[in-house]
Amino acid sequence: MNYKMVFYNLGRVVAVEGAALLLPLITSLLYSEWTVALAFLATMGIALAIGVVFSLVFKPKDGTIYSGEGFIIVALAWVAVSLVGALPFVFSGEIPSYVDALFESISGFTTTGASILTDVEKMSHGILMWRSFTHWIGGMGVLVLVIAVTKKASERNIHIMRAEMPGPIVDKITPRSKDTAKYLYLIYVGLTVVEFILLLCGGMDVFESVIHSFGTAGTGGFSSNNSSIAEYSPYIQWVIAVFMMLFAINFNVYFLIIIGKGLNALRSRELWTYIGVVVVATGIICANIFSIYGNFGDALRHAFFQTTSVMSTTGFSTATFSEWNEVCKGILFVLMFIGGCAGSTAGGIKLTRVILMFKTTRHELKRMLHPRVERSVKFDGKKVEEKTLHGVGVYLALYVILLLIVFFLLCFDAGFSFETNFSAAVSCFNNVGPAFDQAFASYAAYSPFSKIVLSFAMLLGRLEIYPLILVFLPSTWSRNH
Amino acid sequence: MRIIVVGCGKIGSTIIESLVEEHHEVLAIDKDYAVVNKMIETYDVMGICGNGASYDKLIEADVERADLFVAVTETDELNMLSCFIASKLGARHTVARVRNSEYNTESLRYIKRNLSLNMTINPELLAAEAIYNVLRLPTASAVETFTARQFEMIELYVHQGSALDGVKLMDLKKNPDMQFLICAIKRGEETFIPNGSSEIKSGDKIAIIAPHDDTHTLLKNFGLLKKQARSVIIVGGSTTAQYLARLLSKNRVSVKIIEKDKERAQFLGENLPERVAVLCGDGTDPELMKEEGITSVDAVVAITGKDEENILIAYDAQLGGVGKVIVKVNRDGLFDVAEKLGIESIFSPRKLVADVVVRYARALESSIGSTMETLYSVMDGEVEALEFEVMPDFTHVGVALKDMKLKKNVLIAAILRGNDAIIPSGDDVIQSGDKIIVVSSQHRLCELSDIIR
Repeated sequence: MNYKMVFYNLGRVVAVEGAALLLPLITSLLYSEWTVALAFLATMGIALAIGVVFSLVFKPKDGTIYSGEGFIIVALAWVAVSLVGALPFVFSGEIPSYVDALFESISGFTTTGASILTDVEKMSHGILMWRSFTHWIGGMGVLVLVIAVTKKASERNIHIMRAEMPGPIVDKITPRSKDTAKYLYLIYVGLTVVEFILLLCGGMDVFESVIHSFGTAGTGGFSSNNSSIAEYSPYIQWVIAVFMMLFAINFNVYFLIIIGKGLNALRSRELWTYIGVVVVATGIICANIFSIYGNFGDALRHAFFQTTSVMSTTGFSTATFSEWNEVCKGILFVLMFIGGCAGSTAGGIKLTRVILMFKTTRHELKRMLHPRVERSVKFDGKKVEEKTLHGVGVYLALYVILLLIVFFLLCFDAGFSFETNFSAAVSCFNNVGPAFDQAFASYAAYSPFSKIVLSFAMLLGRLEIYPLILVFLPSTWSRNH
Repeated sequence: MRIIVVGCGKIGSTIIESLVEEHHEVLAIDKDYAVVNKMIETYDVMGICGNGASYDKLIEADVERADLFVAVTETDELNMLSCFIASKLGARHTVARVRNSEYNTESLRYIKRNLSLNMTINPELLAAEAIYNVLRLPTASAVETFTARQFEMIELYVHQGSALDGVKLMDLKKNPDMQFLICAIKRGEETFIPNGSSEIKSGDKIAIIAPHDDTHTLLKNFGLLKKQARSVIIVGGSTTAQYLARLLSKNRVSVKIIEKDKERAQFLGENLPERVAVLCGDGTDPELMKEEGITSVDAVVAITGKDEENILIAYDAQLGGVGKVIVKVNRDGLFDVAEKLGIESIFSPRKLVADVVVRYARALESSIGSTMETLYSVMDGEVEALEFEVMPDFTHVGVALKDMKLKKNVLIAAILRGNDAIIPSGDDVIQSGDKIIVVSSQHRLCELSDIIR
């Protein structure tokens, strides 16, 4: 294990986070929130100090890293970023408990959007901005950002990108990983800006437009209102719903469109499956809630909004969907598991994995009937390697086991219903945000222990399990691994 | 630049490694999924699994945006076909590896013209020429030639008790009738471009540049000259051996090739000039080697397909007192092992090819046409020697070298003016039309103006 390279990269990540704090700092200065500004300044100082010290002390002689280092860097970087990111909440006194602050910070970076706050509207502008900005940074990935902005590019950045980017197969869209990181961020920034402008056009003020654009882009879901998006005009609800859907599509699709190969993008199986699922789910929910809203327009809007919100694992809401009938809740619950497309900012299992799982199952069933059949699983016309399929299988197994462990640990917290606990576990693990029953609006009631468990679940979900598990594996750290 | 490399074998992967180091955007194509995967994991490249001559794959690889297309698979014909299709689809330049000697100069010229191929590389021929150069000048561990052989760069080790041991460079210069320049010194891990006050120590590896006609006298004056090899044993009957045997026998050197495989030995026997003796046997067998006179030949060249065998054979020959031992080592790790065993002439064919491709890519990058004529990475890749033609628009035409503000670690080592080979001093000037050789370390020079600070 190249420890120096690991800690060197940690230093760089934290330093970049320090720089990112500039945005909420400016916000708080604009709104004359002096104590909050001080909190940001202090955190910036700490972050930059850590960055400088780490990059000096751990200046690596040998810059090579392998996939092992890639996983460890990603896992530790996310933990470090969350730990530092929680400080402004505590320093400003708005979330006094560090565990609560950490939950909020992890929920932000992992783009979950679960909150321990009960009254968001009381918070200062600076803190709200930071909360939402963590969504935006975490959506595309902290390390991808570092790769995109730092000058010195390591040849082996691909190991870091692979470990951080969601999905079973990570393809670079350009030969150099630095360029790939840049393009991804360019697309990301572009879409965010378009949404921001559209929201402004709908009469939302600048601050709220920024907050909600960030929340949508990272598929996070922090809002500046207690009622999420419910009080905004139908136009704004439509804009956010459409963008939630867009951000859950594989970014390679946009890249192909940009370089003029839109037709290739349209051949993607995942894309069409995704659109199909959204349409069917919206249709069924719409039919079921028609009686509540009484007119087709409202029913369609709420159905579409909640579908894209849950499927993209954003977690914004226009209606208290935990009060809808069991069919609707069932559909939304299943969508939480599936999540968005691979290579997007969404969480969940990812559609590609689900499709591959179905194909493998069909393949295995066929083999039972005709044991000698020689065929391979194909995806988008290409053969999928055994290794990839195996990886998907192992991932799903781990996913189920860890999800059950999280759920089990939550059960020790007295006073919560089975539905609350299970949906909270699922919601956090898949980075959705709101759960059903008691945890729809806030997780404030949970004990510190449960909050830590849920924080861990959010990290597991965002980093797709492996990096964090590897950190706890003794053989990762032994000299002779 | 955007470069597509088809075939990621030994040669292909070395080319990819060098191109990535040069910060090019590289796309690797190979038919073997595992190989492509390894490329993606090791280097910062994009990979495509498939046949490099297939239309679909080339479209997928965005070949119309490629500045350079390099096909180096095992098969000559596949390489030529891939390049042809690539250039039809819009690749700006194409390079193919063609190594079958049946495609001789004449037919290659025809093929290149008609298939719009820009360059062919023959790794085996390159290797044979490199070995031949060293056999001609056995003192050197490697020899590089520039511009129609007017200049040579010789790398050699300074041994204890040698005339060069402990000498300061400025003292060497006092001898007026010898034209030469010591342009790089490798001491342990460190390689540097020396100045007048630098001192040569035993154990150093140095690079000397001198006019071709003077190298013999020069080495003689230093008391370092070993006579040219007149009898050579080549172990391993590869294509390289075939080319090398031809070159040597043309220059009246007696050659013996030892090849393990019966059929291959027979083939060589039938296809090589009669002066070349081809034996079927195991080169690692000391008994056989003794019988074939390993102790009495001038040089042993170990170029079997296995690095380990080569090193063993070379080590054995060296212990047996053979004057010159040349060994082919392809794996980087074993390179150091061979060096530690005291073997001086170690060469890696894939590096030779990578040099050629890198030079080609760099020349494409320079803004005004291509003025770079040669590029060698010397001193185990630590130093580059480049040859440029001076264009009239070069800003420092007519400026004395001592007044030029050169970058650190850059040296103008030689000037060729018409037929005059000049090793310059500070008072010399560069004129338009000159060919100059620049030695540099830690820089990546694309064109002549890059040497100026």
